[in-house]
Amino acid sequence: MLEETKDPVLTLAFDIRGRDFKASGEASGRIKRALEQVGFDWSVIRRAAVVLYEAEMNIVIHAWRGVLSAEISPSRVVIKAEDEGPGIPDIELAMKEGFSTAPAEIREMGFGAGMGLPNIKRYSDSMDIRTEVGKGTCLVAVIEAARAARGDGGPDDVQGRVGDPESP
Amino acid sequence: MGEYFHSVTLDRDKCRGCTNCIKRCPTEAIRVREGKARIFEERCVDCGECIRACPNHAKSAHTDRLERLADFAYTVALPAPSFFGQFRRTSTPEQVVRALLAVGFDDVYEVPAAASAISWAVRSYMRRGGYRRPLISSACPAVIRLIQVRFPSLLDHIVPIESPMELAGKLARERAMRRTGLPADRVGVFFITPCAAKVTAVKQPVGRTKSCVDGAISMSEVYGLAVKRLDTASADRPLQMATGSGIRWGRAGGESAEIGEGELLAVDGIHNVITVLTEVEKGRLADVDFLEAQACVGGCIGGPLVPENPFVARANIKAMAEAVDARPMPYTEEELLRLEADGAFSMERRIPPRPVMKLDEDMARALAKVELLEQTVASLPNLDCGSCGSPSCRALAEDIVRGLAVETDCVFKLRERVRDLAAEMKELAEKLPPSMEPEEAKSTALAQGDAPPAERMVSSP
Repeated sequence: MLEETKDPVLTLAFDIRGRDFKASGEASGRIKRALEQVGFDWSVIRRAAVVLYEAEMNIVIHAWRGVLSAEISPSRVVIKAEDEGPGIPDIELAMKEGFSTAPAEIREMGFGAGMGLPNIKRYSDSMDIRTEVGKGTCLVAVIEAARAARGDGGPDDVQGRVGDPESP
Repeated sequence: MGEYFHSVTLDRDKCRGCTNCIKRCPTEAIRVREGKARIFEERCVDCGECIRACPNHAKSAHTDRLERLADFAYTVALPAPSFFGQFRRTSTPEQVVRALLAVGFDDVYEVPAAASAISWAVRSYMRRGGYRRPLISSACPAVIRLIQVRFPSLLDHIVPIESPMELAGKLARERAMRRTGLPADRVGVFFITPCAAKVTAVKQPVGRTKSCVDGAISMSEVYGLAVKRLDTASADRPLQMATGSGIRWGRAGGESAEIGEGELLAVDGIHNVITVLTEVEKGRLADVDFLEAQACVGGCIGGPLVPENPFVARANIKAMAEAVDARPMPYTEEELLRLEADGAFSMERRIPPRPVMKLDEDMARALAKVELLEQTVASLPNLDCGSCGSPSCRALAEDIVRGLAVETDCVFKLRERVRDLAAEMKELAEKLPPSMEPEEAKSTALAQGDAPPAERMVSSP
């Protein structure tokens, strides 16, 4: 995954339990904090925050258990969400905005809106999913730090700010 | 004073070095060192949580004194909306305004009036579209500074429109100059503040180079003088001009209620604000148009410099607002359009981040420090007792990595070391010089292949 071995890499990994909504968001929050401490550009942190959170929630909502990890190097952040769970029967369908297999009780909690995978794809520079029905899913999303300057800072794109010439 | 001005200050004589404030600080800006609290200037957002938390009243807000009025030829009081919540329901907003004149101000310009104009400007900004959702209110200076320190990625969510206080200051000065013919610097404009953060916002504004307000006087101080003067003789013409919806800005929810358009969300209390901003950061609130966020529980009536109980003040605000609900808007549509065209509502500059989180300027070194930090956290007891002077074990680990603390600052770690040392001492104490050792022990030691005692002493850690 990381061919430039000269880059120092720090791996942070956290166990995630399915349906553990109380602890949900903690792992992604811890990794986000580490990214702040490393000193990444804010647009990188913002994109990583969304990807981490959605990846963590995918495990919490759908899987039995899993591990959320991040391989952090100055040039990129590789986010991996590996779980033991039902797997995804139709990845193409799962990538569609609004498509969700989350049960009703989870949707009632405000989760499972069908934006998880589409958002992960949107805010990462590359994404790879390997899944086996009945076994589990492994998702890898890469965020390149070098592409920070592209100005896509987060989950609510704007078409240029009105009346704000200094806006990037 | 360093790079940052702070209204929140510490009285070292009163500080007993307890852990109440370090635990409550939302930016982990306080440490106890040498028995006294110490505030990291670059992290403090002047929210005032420590003022509330301190049982010894060692934390206080530095405010301007009323004596400063003498420095100006003409003075204007700018009462915050929350000021109207300090008076019992039997009094009226008109009485409150007159009482301020009786206290010694030459004129009064109500911040709740300017707040109504700001609501109009925010609606206008929202209608133009093209902004990051949710827009975050710029009214609470502690929240703005919290975003600078802890959520820099959300800075461009802050609505680039000035706070009601700044607009009131600008309009008050202009009106005073028109009425008196005095130059701008002879007119003194003073905000009657419910909090420390507003004092900082006056001394060191973030959205502009210089505040329109000359000083901020504690609401508690002015209240004591005004409450005795509520029944001063009424003047010939009414002075009070704010409407009910402007006065309701004084309590949580009042601002979004007056904006009244789009998907609105209101949150109060700085620890609650952090949870909501975390949600925004995760991208979960992109369907919200406007977020009202206030650092104090209950809104400005919950400010650390507010004399009245916030729940009583909330009821007072309701009565005060209802008394003037029938009043027309203090500005005409034409006036508002002209102010907007003149840029009177807009912030002069973008709000910069205050990056205090990164552990090193060099990313590779910072990465190594994060790793060390994680290892250090794992070795600490994670009881977050605060005895080391840092707010949590994680914060201590961060301090250690930054070179501001050492592992044995942890009382548990220290005890562990002492215990190990004691065990070693005991072991050593039982040793005898070879010349005194009984034959039996000597042969056992040799049989086990142990080094002679003298060497063991040297090799021990």
